[in-house]
Amino acid sequence: MGTERKAALFEKELVGEAIIQSFVKLNPKILFRNPVMFTVEIGTAIMLAVTIYSAINHDKSQGSFGYNLAVFLVLLFTVLFANFAEAIAEARGKAQADSLRKTRQDTKAKLVVEDRRGFEVKTTSTVSSQLKKGDIFLCVAGDIIPTDGEIIEGLATIDESAITGESAPVIRESGGDKSSVTGGTKVLSDRVKVLVTTQPGESFLDKMIALVESATRQKTPNEIALTILLAGFTLVFVIVCVTLQPFAVYAKTPITIAAFISLFVCLIPTTIGGLLSAIGIAGMNRALRANVITKSGKAVETAGDLDTLLLDKTGTITIGNRKATNFYEAPGVDKNTFIELCTLSSLADETPEGKSIVELAGYEKVKSLSIEGSVLIKFTAETRTSGVDLKDGRRIRKGALDAIARISENAGNPFPQETAAKVKEISSNGGTPLVVSLNEKVLGVIELQDIIKTGIKERFERLRKMGVKTVMVTGDNPLTAKYIAEAAGVDDFIAEAKPEDKMNYIRKEQASGKLVAMMGDGTNDAPALAQADVGVAMNSGTQAAKEAGNMVDLDNDPTKLIEIVEIGKQLLMTRGTLTTFSIANDVAKYFAIVPALFITSIPALQGLNIMKLHSPESAIMSAIIFNALIIPTLIPLALRGVAYKPIGASALLRRNLFIYGLGGVVVPFIGIKLLDLFISLLV
Amino acid sequence: MFTYTEILGILLMFFGTVALAIPLGKYIAKVYGGEKTLLDAVFNPLEKLFFKLSGIDASKEMNWKQSMVALLVINAVWFIYAFVILIYQGSLPLNPDHNPSMTADLAFNTAISFVVNCNLQDYSGETGASYFTQIFVFTFLQFVSAATGMAALAVLFNALKERTTDKLGNFYNYFMKSLTRVLLPLSIVVAVIFLFNGMPMTFKAKDTVVAMQGDTSQVSRGPVAAMIPIKHLGTNGGGFFGANSAHPFENPNYLTNVVEMIAQLLISMAMIFALGYYLKRKKLAWVIFGVMTVGFLMLAIPNIMMEVKGNPAIAKMGINMSAGATEGKEIRFGAAASGYWSILTTVISTGSVNAMHDSTMPLSGMNEMLAMMVNAFYGGVGAGMLNFFIFIIIAVFISGLMVGRTPEFLGKKIEAREMKIAVLVSLLSPLLILGFTALASYFAAHDTNMGWWFGGKASTWLNNPGYHGFSEMLYQFTSSNANNGSGFEGLNDNNPFWNITAGVVMILGRFIPIIGPVAIAGLLAGKKYIPESAGTLKTDTLTFGLMTLAVILIITALLYFPALALGPLAEYFSM
Repeated sequence: MGTERKAALFEKELVGEAIIQSFVKLNPKILFRNPVMFTVEIGTAIMLAVTIYSAINHDKSQGSFGYNLAVFLVLLFTVLFANFAEAIAEARGKAQADSLRKTRQDTKAKLVVEDRRGFEVKTTSTVSSQLKKGDIFLCVAGDIIPTDGEIIEGLATIDESAITGESAPVIRESGGDKSSVTGGTKVLSDRVKVLVTTQPGESFLDKMIALVESATRQKTPNEIALTILLAGFTLVFVIVCVTLQPFAVYAKTPITIAAFISLFVCLIPTTIGGLLSAIGIAGMNRALRANVITKSGKAVETAGDLDTLLLDKTGTITIGNRKATNFYEAPGVDKNTFIELCTLSSLADETPEGKSIVELAGYEKVKSLSIEGSVLIKFTAETRTSGVDLKDGRRIRKGALDAIARISENAGNPFPQETAAKVKEISSNGGTPLVVSLNEKVLGVIELQDIIKTGIKERFERLRKMGVKTVMVTGDNPLTAKYIAEAAGVDDFIAEAKPEDKMNYIRKEQASGKLVAMMGDGTNDAPALAQADVGVAMNSGTQAAKEAGNMVDLDNDPTKLIEIVEIGKQLLMTRGTLTTFSIANDVAKYFAIVPALFITSIPALQGLNIMKLHSPESAIMSAIIFNALIIPTLIPLALRGVAYKPIGASALLRRNLFIYGLGGVVVPFIGIKLLDLFISLLV
Repeated sequence: MFTYTEILGILLMFFGTVALAIPLGKYIAKVYGGEKTLLDAVFNPLEKLFFKLSGIDASKEMNWKQSMVALLVINAVWFIYAFVILIYQGSLPLNPDHNPSMTADLAFNTAISFVVNCNLQDYSGETGASYFTQIFVFTFLQFVSAATGMAALAVLFNALKERTTDKLGNFYNYFMKSLTRVLLPLSIVVAVIFLFNGMPMTFKAKDTVVAMQGDTSQVSRGPVAAMIPIKHLGTNGGGFFGANSAHPFENPNYLTNVVEMIAQLLISMAMIFALGYYLKRKKLAWVIFGVMTVGFLMLAIPNIMMEVKGNPAIAKMGINMSAGATEGKEIRFGAAASGYWSILTTVISTGSVNAMHDSTMPLSGMNEMLAMMVNAFYGGVGAGMLNFFIFIIIAVFISGLMVGRTPEFLGKKIEAREMKIAVLVSLLSPLLILGFTALASYFAAHDTNMGWWFGGKASTWLNNPGYHGFSEMLYQFTSSNANNGSGFEGLNDNNPFWNITAGVVMILGRFIPIIGPVAIAGLLAGKKYIPESAGTLKTDTLTFGLMTLAVILIITALLYFPALALGPLAEYFSM
């Protein structure tokens, strides 16, 4: 889990900026993008005209000046509140982006100048904004890395806290999957040569900054579909309100313009219309807050729909590498001697497995041993064993079953049956047996086990409840893979995986209509990352991987996808629930406004005034004030998102239908009644 | 007070219909699925001959657009055919009563009315139609318009299968199968029952009867028993006589009343179960059936109660209301069965009446209108399910978002294009109903002089001023839009204004709600099928059924509440 930079929902300076923006956004050209609020603005403009008219003409047929003015102001605030919701979401995004952008301020860079043959001749000093794609720069300890790039020479420890918030330094080196560096991070030690991989202004951070600024924000497919539905609701209520005029004339009931516009504004889904873009922006912000940079809002939304998740075993499901967990000596071998020999063979072994053997043997044992003057035998693909030739001529080897078996057979030594049985047992338990021999004679076997990360099982359980299938990708043999898969609680696994296996699996899943996500960091992951519907590249990964995916995780945390899925789901849920709430609100508003429109001329319709509101004017005012106030009330919900609980789709629907559907029907009855009581006290 | 036998009768009718609808649904699913059925031996050669003559290759699969073009073309041909006959019926054979030809505007309205399965009748059968017209125009159109709706629904069924394709079967084949395997055999069975209960079937002219007082009166008759079965089975509702099923020759006794009620609901209900059998999603069918039934009961129960209780204003005068509200009702059927019928005929788009809706209690009238405004609680044959499909799409969309997943229905994603169509279709009803009612109210309020051609002064359209007059206008357009065809008979609607406006509403209210859902289904059929996962929102659950019902109720209430407040609600509260 990444370090979240927590921020209060409404920071002072943000609110100030957002208030200014709320007025700027009154510009019809900007507001036109939001059809619901745009129609409210038109209504507000008409009310302004009516207010001015009633002030000049003293014509009481359209209601008093004070009443018209009040309606006008409430409508104006309705638009302003909606603008504020969008502005505050944008401001929060911008604040986030700005803090990132600070790290991108012009820094000095040491540009490497090469001659025609590609030999380095000198370095010149330049500024980061001058660096172009293909340039090479040099960074030494203490330098700020000027822009995104890939290390082509050297190794360095780097402090990435500026972008990830994580203070522990990380190692980046040329070649391999950890060669990428991000602009704004700081080199702590050593020196590296870096190839610039992005044009100025096109780095991930730049893209992210552009994305949170609404001007370039593309609407996502679901957002478009919802906008259509909301536009439909708006149009329907245009029909309802326009046709009401001749109906009222027929019923000999004059309706004031203020009442008409109030009815219209109350009925159209202003709540969701006002909060819709804020919800979208807030979703992206939440992703950013989780230290995930998304290339588009669509990717976040798609994440909510994921069916299948491909995860690498190592580093995701298990902690890094295998660890030695047991020593099993062959019959006739002294346990202590066996452990000693195992330790001796591993003392100089720098591999994680080797280190873990020493660790298991314990400090006391290690203290008493020495490998001075011995020859270290490194692992090669040919021998598939490693070990040590001691000063006294003893040859210790450890390796896979078949490799050691061959050595001992060649020397004419039988393979002890007990050890063979143990090997089998270890394999079937998901462990890796490491057979140890002394002078070509089998001594016993060391059990290596994958250590499954704590808490990972619960996370997979959560994913399963969300309806996401998890698939473990591993180079292990099927037997081991199966064991770990079961232990970790993943649904499926790909054993002995080659890079193309991932690709094929993704294709197969997609062909059956599923949405697939994967995480990766290596260049050979790039095609699969591109093929996946959601490809999350590690920030530490290669440039190719980062280009291919549609998200970059700054924390390099492979389980981050779970958070991304939840963010995607929250995004949709917030839109859905607020739409439901908004529409459900209309029921109460009808019972406030419709009787108010007609009771003067049709007293019988008092029967519809079930809230027993004070007067037609107070009823209408209460309804539109409620309608306006509900927008700022729900801004925190829009920004935070509706809580997602993996309890299954039907249960979730029941829950949300109860809270936002039934609540949406009941709450306005109470709210409008209270407002009416308050207003009737004032008047 | 009301008798328990009356209620028992209603319960028997309802459960009888369900009991018949389930096996019929299974049979219809077989028919559309191309499986062998008993009647193949009789009709296969006949169909082959017909398709050979007309040059149609009924085995060629069509996409949704081709199906809809075929539908529109054959409907256009029938309209022209009907229109021509109606304006010349006076000079055509089989007209023993010498009924005159129709005026152009009446013929326009009537031809559309029967082509679109609406059967709004601005004429009266006894004096307005010849036997030739009744048989070769009305009865014919009652068969083919019902088959049109069924065939369109069959295309939708096909499109909702679990696969990706644009080939959705052959429209002509579905159309023909609907006629020969469902409508025709059932009509024959029902006709036989009617004949044995004294329904006339003759080509003789009016009979002269001497009443007990010695007065002579002319009694109209004709080939009634041929028409009435399909009138109900096909949810058409157009009566042979002006009084429709309140007429003793169209509905001789309680038994025929039962049969007519079962007949009009039977196929609409069977189509729900057919969906379940056809798509192998029986649970979904039961959920849809449940939602429709709850909606139906929410309207029917209050109506039965209000009609049985009688008119409180009359009761206040000290008049005994123990027989219920009897104005405009046939004592043979009673208040309870008439109340039941009033909702039955309006939820499904039959529009036949056995009592005058104009005389029902104000809120009963409102429920009748609400039934037609929703038009998807069972609904017309084929058309009802198509309407319901739009509500499902909207419910799926909103609830999909509410559970945090891109909405999908039966494994297909609902996206912007589908929503656009669903929204447009849902916009149509309020636009037509409210828009045209507004136009009529405007004229009526200003008492506009419409000229002789348009029925004189606008206020003369209305037999009742005030709220009830408003209800009459609202009812007329609601009924036209829903292709229901029943009327609040207080309206003087046989004049060009009403004939033409209602005609336009009928056409739009028929074809757009057919094409829209089929288009959505066609688009969905072309999409990738996504298998169900734990995160998928299941649509065959009680929760989703509740959601759909809520969507239907809230949308309908929001759209029509102000209009209803000025009509039936104002009338009710002033009582």
